[in-house]
Amino acid sequence: MHIPDGLLDVKTAVAMGVLSATGLGVALRHVRLHLPAKRVPLLGLSAAFVFAAQMLNFPVLPGVSGHLIGGMLTAALLGPSAAVVVISAVLIVQCFLLADGGVLALGANIFNMALVGSAGGWVVYYLVSRAVKGLFGRVLAATFASWVAVVVAAVACAGALATSGTASWSVLLPMMTGVHMLIGVGEGVITAMVLTFIAKTRPEMWGDAAAAKRSQKPEARSQEMGGGQTVNPTGTERWGAVIVLGLLICVGLALFVGPFACGWDDGLEVTVQQKGVHVSEAAEHLIKVPMPDYKMPGLGDGRVATGVAGAVGTVVVFGLAWVLARSLVRKMKPAVDVGGSE
Amino acid sequence: MRAEYLDRYSRLSSPVHRLWTGVKLLAAVAVVVVVVSMPRNFWGGWAGLAAVAGFLVVVAAMSGIPWGFLLRRMLWLEPLAIGVALLSLLQVGGWQVFLWLMARSSLCLLTMLLLSNTAPYSELLRVMRRVKVPTMLVTTLALMYRYLFVMMDEAGRIKRARMSRTFSERGGGKSRRWRTAATVVSQLFIRVSERSERIFAAMCARGWGDGLSRDRKGATRSSALLSHGRSLTVAAQIVKDNSSGNEGR
Repeated sequence: MHIPDGLLDVKTAVAMGVLSATGLGVALRHVRLHLPAKRVPLLGLSAAFVFAAQMLNFPVLPGVSGHLIGGMLTAALLGPSAAVVVISAVLIVQCFLLADGGVLALGANIFNMALVGSAGGWVVYYLVSRAVKGLFGRVLAATFASWVAVVVAAVACAGALATSGTASWSVLLPMMTGVHMLIGVGEGVITAMVLTFIAKTRPEMWGDAAAAKRSQKPEARSQEMGGGQTVNPTGTERWGAVIVLGLLICVGLALFVGPFACGWDDGLEVTVQQKGVHVSEAAEHLIKVPMPDYKMPGLGDGRVATGVAGAVGTVVVFGLAWVLARSLVRKMKPAVDVGGSE
Repeated sequence: MRAEYLDRYSRLSSPVHRLWTGVKLLAAVAVVVVVVSMPRNFWGGWAGLAAVAGFLVVVAAMSGIPWGFLLRRMLWLEPLAIGVALLSLLQVGGWQVFLWLMARSSLCLLTMLLLSNTAPYSELLRVMRRVKVPTMLVTTLALMYRYLFVMMDEAGRIKRARMSRTFSERGGGKSRRWRTAATVVSQLFIRVSERSERIFAAMCARGWGDGLSRDRKGATRSSALLSHGRSLTVAAQIVKDNSSGNEGR
């Protein structure tokens, strides 16, 4: 999803640069004020971790291998503002060291992957893990939020490219979201597995706010690993950064996606059909649960059909996340009780 | 440090390498902006791109970076641009747009490759510090670069440990391989967290304090940063030595 230079025009790049610079500034300020000093080195090391983790490939389809993106994983482990800093650092290094992602497009890449893909995903994660309690709820939330984050980031990426006039929205949107709905499934599964493993081996590293507070109190315990104290907003004073980040994401999406979402072109029918085939085929391959075709019969208008298809897809992914989280959590039940009670 | 391929040629000695990094950074951004804002649809645009290409070729020749390396890296990174540019073929008159986008993105890519291979990363960080990029970000970037190689070695060690305990990499079904990948990633994160604890302890032992997270005045910032940077270097070295000893257990 790294946009290279030369595909965005100057106005889009600058506008997205301003948005992400503001977001990064807010995140940095929040981290500086609220992150315990002993966790400061963890930011840099987490960035190195994400970089290294992105290089580990795992098989998706024959001949196709994927890798972890890690935005949502970082956000779940470190909290939204720290994750924005970490993912931005990864993107900056990838830009200046590897020329992966352009320097002018850096703002757009930070917006898509750090703000939308990480902080935006965290909002979904937080809401779902609030609604469904316990470790199961958190695994479910992380899985679902990873998928949502990847897909929305792809939509934002398509919006940026379409605003620049690189290709038309009616082509970009189905391509980007189609591919990334698949990638998102993989990302969700691998994020859930990683988090479950961490919860199993080091329950104190990935806890909800209440558990972190509990484990923070005895000093001896926190010596072990900083007591899973994420930068999660636990008190009212910490919500500021999340609200500002959320507002920035909304402004960005309204600017770059909004104009297109209101006027669809034709040609959508064909690509939607392609996408439907694509998704159901691969989903079957991956998890062996039939996914509905992405074209609902009897709905003529392309916009409505796509909206309904998107909604159905989201519900289906939520269901899949539920099944996955259930099986992952059930497998490690004894370890949970140890972690939960302590 | 086996992962030398990241910025292998950034420490050569050539007129381009000796240029001040800030100038190179500005020049790279300027070239990218010029290329991106070049108007299409008339021959002047193509002539402009050709001029920029000529300039870049001269810079590349002066820098002494092997052409094979540059070309290989460009080919390696080009698919990202091609993927998006191909979509432009689907619109009216897409062929011209496609060529134009490819030319533009290739030039930008070459610019960034030249920048990353003529400007050492530490120099880029120094420029960032000078233009008052927040200390927290610079520290994160510095630590990230320092531990990137350690992390990659760490990942390699985990991989080797796994391979020495299983018959083959392809053993087991897909779900098993996914589980293995997930274990490796989570193991990596756990090691990262533990390492950061040790680094923090080592930094505190060398008088780091929490000057970084608390200081707000410009006067104290530079000195705090200086001592901070130094203690980071020392701490990193020590922790690295320690951990490489531990890893063998």
